[in-house]
Amino acid sequence: MQLIYEKSVPGRSGVRIPLSDVPKAAPLPEGLRRGQPAAFPEVSELDLVRHYTNLSRRNFSVDTNFYPLGSCTMKYNAKIMENVGALFAGCHPMLALIPGGEQLVQGPLSLVHGLEQQLAEITGMDEVTTQPLAGAHGEMTGIMVIAAYHKARGENRKYVIVPDSSHGTNPASAAMAGYEIITIPTAPYGDMDLDAYRAAMNGEVAAVMMTCPNTLGLFNPHVAEICAIAHEAGALTYYDGANLNAILGKVRPGDVGFDVIHVNLHKTFGTPHGGGGPGSGPVGVKKGLIPYLPTPRVVKKADGSFGVEAHPEGIGRVSDFFGNFGIMARAFAYITLLGGEGLVEVSGQAVLNANYMMARLKGEYELPFDTTCMHECVFSASRQLKEGVHAIDIAKYLIDRGYHPPTVYFPLNVKEAIMIEPTETESKQTMDGFIEVMLEAARMARTNPEALHEAPVTTPVGRLDETRAARAQQVCCE
Amino acid sequence: MAVYFTKEHEWVRIEGTQATVGISEHAAHELGDITFVELPQMGKIVKQFDTLAGIESVKAASDIYAPVSGRVVQVNDKLEDAPELVNESAEDAGWICKLEAADSAELGALMDAAAYAEFLKGLE
Amino acid sequence: MLAVIGAKSVEDLFSPIPAQLRAKSFNLPAGVSEFELTAIMRAKAAAGGAEIVPFIGGGLYDHVIPAAVDHLSGRAEFYTAYTPYQPECAQGTLQALYEYQTAICRLTGMEASNASLYDGGTAVAEAALMSLRITGRNAVVLDASVNPLHREIVCGYLAGVSAQVAEVAPDGCGSDLERLLGSIGPETAAVIVQNPNFFGSVQDFSQLAAKAHEQGALLIVSCYPIALGLVKSPGEMGADIVVGDGQSLGNTLSFGGPYFGFITTRKRYIRNLPGRIVGETVDKQGRRGYVLTLQAREQHIKRHKATSNICSNQSLCALRGLIFAAALGKKGFEDLAALNLDKAQYAKSLLCGIKGVSVLNAGATFNEFTLALPKEAASVVEALLGSGVAAGVPLGGYYAGMDNALVVTVTEKRTKAEIDRLATLLEEALCN
Repeated sequence: MQLIYEKSVPGRSGVRIPLSDVPKAAPLPEGLRRGQPAAFPEVSELDLVRHYTNLSRRNFSVDTNFYPLGSCTMKYNAKIMENVGALFAGCHPMLALIPGGEQLVQGPLSLVHGLEQQLAEITGMDEVTTQPLAGAHGEMTGIMVIAAYHKARGENRKYVIVPDSSHGTNPASAAMAGYEIITIPTAPYGDMDLDAYRAAMNGEVAAVMMTCPNTLGLFNPHVAEICAIAHEAGALTYYDGANLNAILGKVRPGDVGFDVIHVNLHKTFGTPHGGGGPGSGPVGVKKGLIPYLPTPRVVKKADGSFGVEAHPEGIGRVSDFFGNFGIMARAFAYITLLGGEGLVEVSGQAVLNANYMMARLKGEYELPFDTTCMHECVFSASRQLKEGVHAIDIAKYLIDRGYHPPTVYFPLNVKEAIMIEPTETESKQTMDGFIEVMLEAARMARTNPEALHEAPVTTPVGRLDETRAARAQQVCCE
Repeated sequence: MAVYFTKEHEWVRIEGTQATVGISEHAAHELGDITFVELPQMGKIVKQFDTLAGIESVKAASDIYAPVSGRVVQVNDKLEDAPELVNESAEDAGWICKLEAADSAELGALMDAAAYAEFLKGLE
Repeated sequence: MLAVIGAKSVEDLFSPIPAQLRAKSFNLPAGVSEFELTAIMRAKAAAGGAEIVPFIGGGLYDHVIPAAVDHLSGRAEFYTAYTPYQPECAQGTLQALYEYQTAICRLTGMEASNASLYDGGTAVAEAALMSLRITGRNAVVLDASVNPLHREIVCGYLAGVSAQVAEVAPDGCGSDLERLLGSIGPETAAVIVQNPNFFGSVQDFSQLAAKAHEQGALLIVSCYPIALGLVKSPGEMGADIVVGDGQSLGNTLSFGGPYFGFITTRKRYIRNLPGRIVGETVDKQGRRGYVLTLQAREQHIKRHKATSNICSNQSLCALRGLIFAAALGKKGFEDLAALNLDKAQYAKSLLCGIKGVSVLNAGATFNEFTLALPKEAASVVEALLGSGVAAGVPLGGYYAGMDNALVVTVTEKRTKAEIDRLATLLEEALCN
């Protein structure tokens, strides 16, 4: 398909700008003016609409396809969340920061405060900040809070511990907060190797970061012990909430012994994924860490009204205002809509669906950790590899059959990993359709592996040459 | 002119005090199509097994460690535009850099070609 | 399903979780239908200040948004997809991001863009970190006329990696070019400026770029995309990294987000960019397509050695920015910028005609300018809010000795009648 720039015809425009009701101003001085206008495409509104409508049809999405992308929680988002999220489009956040402005934005401020309280109760933490703009941003914020805590106690700790099955964002975020990383291997039973962890923990460790259930979809029964070992050494414990969808109402990280958490609103709390964002990554902390949260804080005053207060001991500001408010509004709506019982049901259904998927597929696909899983299950295409078929071939075949592939090649500690997260919003019938195609792919690996190597053949382009892209570095058109 | 290998799959060719460094054919094959070689700074001084350079393929990034201590005196700047040289000729035209090396005792910590071949068999 | 699994109940499936780890509380109200929810949310939105006429900016601006932006970005195929890990079934998102990268490069006059960052503030911080990586140095010089909220974020990020930040006070409402230059030392990775700056002043940083380069330092320019419809682009000035907040390109104010940050650079620095990048390539049959490229820089491969921890970007907001730019087109975008200049100039001359009021910017401005009032600006702003007008951002809280200064923003959406009313109200407030 042509690029929008290739459809450009000089002089066309897709919209008329507002008419002027004031005199023409003197132009900017010569030395401050740009030489040429930016070469944006010149297209009519119809050309524009057709171009992007047709482009959109080259995507798989939750609304059009089953999308069991493990670790990403691609649940369906009810349409009402879009309606109510859009209600705040005209609210200027700067109003909250100018004198007397607070009183005019009580609605949005009450929502920020309300969401913080909902999330604190859901996760068992004492206070929450909504400032971080994505999960990884939340991780960095959380680790900065931990660093500030140690610093205030006159301690200069150097290391953060992560398991090798963690998301890459964990070590990357800790590195951005100035820490060196200690990686702990996964034991044969699928959880972080407890002995190696014990040996690595000492007075120089600032924190341990855990995802629980982990990226293998397994709940670590030793998680309380892991927290206790850290606390004994004066280290803090960080809970990566990427997989919170599995345990709503069942386990609260705060009860178990975690000091800091982040949650991904775009995963667990029903906000759209938008082709890769926007996300939102609120951070919750236990009482002793509240002083180090980012500034400013939204507070409820004695008279019941809401205000914005500076938080002077905190780590400063991590984003301009109160976070990705439009996303927060959708998450607040989601929690309000489902209520406590609804959220508990979410996890029950998500775990049921993942275990059903696991039970139906484990005959054909190698299951490295054959035990009850939580919200997702991780297979290996190792049996298919013997026929020369890789996880990626199976993934591409699924595309031809109208399914978005699961996550492949993650987690890194499973060879040829296939990570399936059906989520709670999918029906048995949808899953059965997917399972049939997965079983068919396994049969084809034995009988006709070449066909899998050729997939996909139904898409606008076939497998793309990624090496060429990386070498050519063509990232914009001339 | 002796060639030695490390457990991290670097090779080093010693000619007098000059040590030419690259990655083994096995490593190049494992990485797949190389898309970028991060060459070391000229004059950089490294100790044996310190990070010397970096190498990337589409799906992987690896560090290249110094097989011996020394100072970087030449880099293979052809790799800037043609990283595929490492795939085509890992142990010759795809060399990464040359070090001015001093301590021949360090070679004791490395493998010769036969020992490396045995080592690779053990990895299978 | 339970029979297939071999479990008696859903609760059985949670048996790997020991009893002592179970939630001690889960005290949330019962759920509601979407109809009650709408009422709850409408009540909150109604108390959101959207009826106030905004002459405030501070990095976020009330601009027109063509109807096509909502409709096209709202297409479920864009809206409910995720990161394009499987390019064959994500060419929609990938091609759109490639078109976005092209638009942002053209706008800023640069050669390479990523697929977006979180927002303007974190983009400045990421640019600062990027300059450390490129130069191997450990400090930046930060012009204090950069948005104070952004400066706080930069300082937090740089403290994390133990890098130094030297802030340079402005000269009146403009950047103090001599002192910025004088502050460059052997460890300075970059000088960071903003154009137009927080006071609304427009400057040419070409000389600064050249002189910074002589000392091995980079120039980072944070900019306001709408202004670039008229103002000399950072690329033309010789900037090395350009960042900004993309909110004004088709994204609603929405009480602080989601917006998107953009970052562009010279081609030679492309590997040092944080976040995702889309590149062009072909399939086996030679058909053109797009993929996420240079991924080996990123956290999912390089973990703690990655260029940044960023994973999610702001794709959907970037898509809105692209559609906004494409809807207006080359001329429309320039005309929109010109209309901002016209409205702001009208307001500026009207407001500085009020007794005791003067303009503090020594040189040119775009759609924002700083006024000196004869009394404390905070109290004036508060008084005018009562009449439904947000007159501007008082500088007292941000800059010492500027208690009487007020930054006024006038976008194309402000009508002559609204501007005239602002003048009347301001005059009244100053007389009392």
